[in-house]
Amino acid sequence: NYSGVYDEEFFEELEEILILSDIGYESTNEIIEKTREIITRENITDKIQVKNAIKLVVKEILKKEDDKHRDIATPAVILIVGVNGVGKTTTIAKLANLYKGMGLNVMLAAGDTFRAAAVEQLEIWAERVGVPIVKNAQGADPSSVIFDALQAAKSRKTDILICDTAGRLHNKDNLMKELSKMNKIINNSSDHFNVYRYLVLDATSGTNALNQTATFNEVTQLDGIILTKLDGSAKGGIIIPIKNQYHIPVEYVGVGEGVEDLQEFIPEDFAEILFE
Amino acid sequence: MVFEGLSSKLQDTFKKLKGKGKLTEKDIKEATREIKLALLEADVNFKVVKSFVKNINERALGADVLKSLTPGQQVIKIVNDELTSLMGGQPVKLTYSPKGMTVLMLVGLQGAGKTTTAGKLAAYIKKESKKVLLAACDVYRPAAIKQLQVIGKQVDAEVFADTEEKNPVVIAEKALKYAKEHFYDVVIFDTAGRLHIDEALMDELVQIKKSVTPDHIILNIDSMTGQEAVNVAETFNEKISLSGVILTKLDGDTRGGAALSVASVTGKPILFAGMGEKLTDLEIFYPDRMASRILGM
Ligand SMILES: Nc1nc2c(ncn2[C@@H]2O[C@H](COP(=O)(O)OP(=O)(O)OP(=O)(O)O)[C@@H](O)[C@H]2O)c(=O)[nH]1
Ligand SMILES: Nc1nc2c(ncn2[C@@H]2O[C@H](COP(=O)(O)OP(=O)(O)OP(=O)(O)O)[C@@H](O)[C@H]2O)c(=O)[nH]1
Ligand SMILES: [K+]
Ligand SMILES: [Mg+2]
Ligand SMILES: [Mg+2]
Repeated sequence: NYSGVYDEEFFEELEEILILSDIGYESTNEIIEKTREIITRENITDKIQVKNAIKLVVKEILKKEDDKHRDIATPAVILIVGVNGVGKTTTIAKLANLYKGMGLNVMLAAGDTFRAAAVEQLEIWAERVGVPIVKNAQGADPSSVIFDALQAAKSRKTDILICDTAGRLHNKDNLMKELSKMNKIINNSSDHFNVYRYLVLDATSGTNALNQTATFNEVTQLDGIILTKLDGSAKGGIIIPIKNQYHIPVEYVGVGEGVEDLQEFIPEDFAEILFE
Repeated sequence: MVFEGLSSKLQDTFKKLKGKGKLTEKDIKEATREIKLALLEADVNFKVVKSFVKNINERALGADVLKSLTPGQQVIKIVNDELTSLMGGQPVKLTYSPKGMTVLMLVGLQGAGKTTTAGKLAAYIKKESKKVLLAACDVYRPAAIKQLQVIGKQVDAEVFADTEEKNPVVIAEKALKYAKEHFYDVVIFDTAGRLHIDEALMDELVQIKKSVTPDHIILNIDSMTGQEAVNVAETFNEKISLSGVILTKLDGDTRGGAALSVASVTGKPILFAGMGEKLTDLEIFYPDRMASRILGM
């Protein structure tokens, strides 16, 4: 019931492309059905027009009205959360560099007191970017580091305080409780600070990123997502079902290991690259 | 639990099969369709799923199954067999070089868990009464060397580092020399994370391989990796010829697609599974036990 040249084989190929981009089975089906509709409705036969139809469908999903990119209002505190090794600490360095470049006073909080040399890692970044850092020794209570950093940022009239946290798998209840405690401490500072919580997701991950989003959102009420490692060959298609279900905006994408390797997320570009 | 989603979907399918006395071709087609969806939803690579399902179909449609008195059981057995062989069949133990020192090299994408795994392996190998050296060859990530040093201290293994040297190939050579001079049984090289498509950094691995001739080059793969897992594994294997894989972060609730894909596309065994952040959280990977667990048997 769709027109002419686009037979089952064509849609099977499309299915393969979408699934190989980690879009997931459900969203893949949704995209295919919507594309079929457009092809039928507009009687499309031209290959380029078909491609455009698919991209349009994807862009629609990525560009929901209710999740517009939000500008940060200062003074702000940003809490960075996510599972192990996705790129949280590196992303903090990139954000600090970005905001500093805008002429803002930035401060970092070394809220990962668990992982070996996590504090030193952030310290090196702070030094390279040229921003102050509040820290404690490995093994210290992360909530108290956050608390101290909030006090310091307040008294020093910092514009943006960015808090690192230890990587944690969302299915570890004790670690999620610890995160919830940090989140509360940050919430308590909302008379002074505008509070933002960003989830860092690795573009290489599969559908597990959906579970990550669900649980971190429950615990920390996410304001945005940062999608890292897009410089790899993975397309980060998982962001499509995530947007579809949770309507959390993707604020930035990470495209490398240096401080400059951070870009704004542009749905149009993302959709283009997906079907390159 | 890992594989939970996949597990419950497959078991639903099997329940339906077992509920039937005899199976028709249509029943089997329907069951394999459900298996295919379950695997895709679990992030098993698209191509791997295709050939897996084809195998199941061929074997299940074989005359024996349809004539059997317990066809449902037969199909389950076939799926169990195929799952086990997909993950490599027999468990493979880490072997040591019969003479002299054993050289291990850990490689993988950024953040996969190499440095942590280096510590876990050191602890594991030390328990076999061997003297282990950790070699810090990541000169890029801030505090990577320090991280390995902290971990080395935690597992009470010595760490070779040269913070002045910026070339990882040179560090690797020095570490090897040091290990030989000090009669280490095993030396584990921790390398920087890199993208498989990064030509320059992949070439650096080739250089390190040339100068230290590892007995085992082990790819660390994050269990949460999606469809790309197979490309990553294939490329690393092509460039530096892997001896095996370690799946990290299997303590998550991942659907485990990478686990089911990587061994089959590379033909290289999954040696260990990382089951947590603690340095004791390393387990030998048993394909048959994992398959049984997925199928709830
Ligand atoms: N290619 C690439 N690598 C990245 C990107 N972002 C981070 N990385 C690398 O990923 C690895 C992990 O980064 P971290 O910033 O330490 O990740 P994390 O989430 O803080 O890790 P934990 O604190 O251990 O949970 C490092 O090797 C980074 O250099 C990116 O956008 N692209
Ligand atoms: N939950 C869990 N976390 C793990 C496991 N293995 C490693 N990690 C965590 O994953 C994160 C990254 O581990 P690293 O050992 O730094 O990874 P890496 O591959 O050396 O990273 P780069 O050197 O930046 O490429 C850390 O937060 C580790 O604690 C595991 O089996 N389970
Ligand atoms: K990519
Ligand atoms: Mg970190
Ligand atoms: Mg490392």
